[in-house]
Amino acid sequence: MNRLLYIVQKEFIQILRNRTLLPLMTVVPIVQMIVLSFAADNEVKNVNIAIVNQNHSMYARQLIEKINAADRFRLVDLPPSAKQADALMQDGSADIILTIPSAFETDFYRNKSAKIQLLVNAINGQQATVGASYLAAIIQSFNNEIRAEAAPQFVVQRVNPVPRINIESSYWYNEELDYKHFMIPGIMGELVTILVMLLTAMNIVREREVGTIEQINVTPIKKWQFILGKMIPFLFIGLMLLTVGLTAGKLLFDVPMRGNLAVVFAYCVVDISAVLGLGLFISNLSDTQQQAMFTTFFFVIIFILMSGLFTPIESMPQWAQYLTIPNPIAHFVNVMRSVLLKGSGFADVAYNFQATAIMAVVFNVMAVWSYRKVN
Amino acid sequence: MLKIFAAFVKKEVFHILRDTRTLIILFGMPIALVLIFGYTITNEFKGASMAVYDEAKDELSQDLIAHITASGHFELITLSENIEALDAAFKAGDAKIGLVIPAGFEQDFYKEKQTALQLITDATEPNYAATLTNYASQMIRAFQQEKGEVADMPYQIDLEMRMFYNPKLVGAYTFVPGVVALILMLICAMMTSLTIAKEKEMGTMDLLLASPLPPILIILGKVTPYSILSFLSALVVFAMGYFIFEVPILGSLPLLLGLCLLYLFVALALGVLISTKAQSQQTAMIISMFALMLPTMLLSGFIFPIESMPEILQFITKIIPAKYFIIIEKAIMLKGAGLESIWQQTLVLMLMVFVLLMAAWKNFKVIYK
Amino acid sequence: MQTAIKTESLTKTFGEFTAVNAITFEVKEGEIFGFLGANGAGKTTAIKMLIGLSRPTSGEAKVAGFDVYKEAELIKQNIGYMSQKFSLYEDLTVYQNIRFYGGIYGLKRKQIKEKSAQIIETLGLTEQAHKVVGSLPQGWKQRLAFAISGVHDPKIIFMDEPTGGVDPATRRQFWEMIYQTANNGTTIFVTTHYMDEAEYCNRISIMVDGRIDAMGTPRDLKTQFEAESMDEVFVKLVRGK
Repeated sequence: MNRLLYIVQKEFIQILRNRTLLPLMTVVPIVQMIVLSFAADNEVKNVNIAIVNQNHSMYARQLIEKINAADRFRLVDLPPSAKQADALMQDGSADIILTIPSAFETDFYRNKSAKIQLLVNAINGQQATVGASYLAAIIQSFNNEIRAEAAPQFVVQRVNPVPRINIESSYWYNEELDYKHFMIPGIMGELVTILVMLLTAMNIVREREVGTIEQINVTPIKKWQFILGKMIPFLFIGLMLLTVGLTAGKLLFDVPMRGNLAVVFAYCVVDISAVLGLGLFISNLSDTQQQAMFTTFFFVIIFILMSGLFTPIESMPQWAQYLTIPNPIAHFVNVMRSVLLKGSGFADVAYNFQATAIMAVVFNVMAVWSYRKVN
Repeated sequence: MLKIFAAFVKKEVFHILRDTRTLIILFGMPIALVLIFGYTITNEFKGASMAVYDEAKDELSQDLIAHITASGHFELITLSENIEALDAAFKAGDAKIGLVIPAGFEQDFYKEKQTALQLITDATEPNYAATLTNYASQMIRAFQQEKGEVADMPYQIDLEMRMFYNPKLVGAYTFVPGVVALILMLICAMMTSLTIAKEKEMGTMDLLLASPLPPILIILGKVTPYSILSFLSALVVFAMGYFIFEVPILGSLPLLLGLCLLYLFVALALGVLISTKAQSQQTAMIISMFALMLPTMLLSGFIFPIESMPEILQFITKIIPAKYFIIIEKAIMLKGAGLESIWQQTLVLMLMVFVLLMAAWKNFKVIYK
Repeated sequence: MQTAIKTESLTKTFGEFTAVNAITFEVKEGEIFGFLGANGAGKTTAIKMLIGLSRPTSGEAKVAGFDVYKEAELIKQNIGYMSQKFSLYEDLTVYQNIRFYGGIYGLKRKQIKEKSAQIIETLGLTEQAHKVVGSLPQGWKQRLAFAISGVHDPKIIFMDEPTGGVDPATRRQFWEMIYQTANNGTTIFVTTHYMDEAEYCNRISIMVDGRIDAMGTPRDLKTQFEAESMDEVFVKLVRGK
């Protein structure tokens, strides 16, 4: 037991003395969290729109004003011809081109039906559809307004009303639909996991490259003592990082913390144990730090993309959903969001605890097994 | 001199080829990324679990439930007994959306011509919640029209909508260019900075510099193999995009590949610059990770739209090379644009290569002269 | 005198290649035993089998009375090892290195205190005790590494080319330390390819291509090969085949 403490002590001294690691563990994650939470915003804003107005009627002008007033759209130009508008889309300065044909107002009055053309740059599918549907909503409401002017009899149907279902929608846990409150807890889970995994993956292989591992191997120390001694300091670092992250999230972004934080920390311990095992396993199997890093990167990128952090897991095909089971980041993200935002209790996230605990056992057995004192 | 250089490159290539695991990762990573983006990353939803709290339990409410579940977009998971049960279902992650049908639903609808439903979403994930609400509302409106027999209104503005460049709204059109930008940056810049940092750490850099080869050739010799590897990787991604996900290359292929090379030079110059700064592999890795990989993923417009970012971040994106390269790729591949539409971005990348190389060279001189 | 190390046809093969070919020898307690040979003769492989880092392919070996196959962990408690590569932590201080290695050998807190005071004084490192090892000159690092390999008072200390890359004056100082340690009854097993160092050993064996081709005291060997110096003995031995 004493021997274990000496390893822990040594690792701590080394970590604290390392000039590159210290900022990595403190400043960088906080900066990351701030930048990420601003960048990772899927809200559709500032859609660039160009309008070709061939009608010049009052209605056309009103419509343009209405679009310009909507804060999701930015009117970049009013090109006189369709050809010039196409050029704007080609060079990327316009995302949507709206064309009001010359017969717009006449058609509206005479034929009781007018047309508006919408060309959407759909390279980024989601942006395009969401942007276009916002625009459609604006035009729809404009339509209702001018219809009320042109033909009031169709709007007020007191005599024989059509049955209506009013939909009252409410958004629980996040009434203002604040995207940051959603992202920050997830990002915290992701950062803790990545950092711990990278640091441990580099650790043993570094001792191997420098040559100190051989010296350790001729001592009577037990495998499990060595591995555990390596893990404990990183467990502390992970917990410290989580604490700093939660504090920053609360102070800077006022992220709600509705659930019991003890559940979050308890989960964090299990999660880090699992990730440490995986990191050490990678380290044991690598000959050089370069190899260790690349193997870790490979896992980290896949873990992040398939964690549900950016896109919902429920939207993935079934086989991909199974692949998220052995993904510690996926569980961490879910626990953070459920506990912090919804106030879920231990029982609600017990599944995440179980899956991660199994991973912890498997990864650590692999780590101890793959660490060979003798070749 | 050229002979020595060739021998040196050969030695480096040999080193890389012997490390099969790294090679597998170098080529496995782009393939895995393309497949993940292609098959699993989607914001569309299917089978979201809906909890229904039906206080009415009349014929119309049954019809409505049947109408909603028939679409396949929603799975009816629990018929919760009260609002508290809905809260529990949200907390455990069993349901994402709840529908409350009030008592007397049918009677209100036909007699009073007015009834109200409640849609409650777990809004921890705001976009998903908004999408779910939107879908459910549309279905309910369709149901209302079906049951209420509403006629078309006159004085209608019809919207004729056309999706340009990507009419089927294929996700691959965005991620293939993004993955190429990420892979080139990752392999090129990171690998170069790591190998050079390693020589420094091991003390073998001095040995190399003492050889008759001029320093510039030594650096070139170290970076050449990785440039070739990452270029090959990029080709693999383009090919997968073209053959599996049918991402077209409308513009000129030579132009695309040529600008790929230009971007690759930017990555190399970055790698060399980092390695002149970093004294150990660990440092090089950390800098690469936080200064290259994450910004390339997050601030380049690859995953998140730049237009939606706050001003400061939009400003920062101006120094991210991947941003310009992604614009170039999309323009050539999807819009069939020529150099005349993208000369500005090309110029920026050229300028970046120049500035980065100058900075690297200056650092290098400070250290080794 | 008792036997410290005893091997019988100890062999290690890697696939087709035989690195160590049936070597048999005995080292007495308190002896300084030199293990000579050119680079690649199999010295390092042999030493790794004796200290439990590498499992022998066949043959027998006992170190400090324990069997290398079954009691490797017991051997480790009783030996010290100093490798070719410098193996202290450069980012720890002198004192922290001593404390760490003392700790993982299971020394008590009090013993560690005494030991570190003693090592620091013997090496004259009082002023440097709280400086990181990376900042020390090479010669001091090596002497510190040797002192630390004996921190738990092992019966045998194994050294694998301990003096590589050190100037002759420092090498002499180093050997003085070795003599002192041997005088206290510790057995020293040292590999080297410096033939002048061989003269310092009580007994030496010379390895060529995985076999021990000659063994005896330096004087015996010089007589046997009719040579002036160990260098000559070695040259004759290698040419002779």
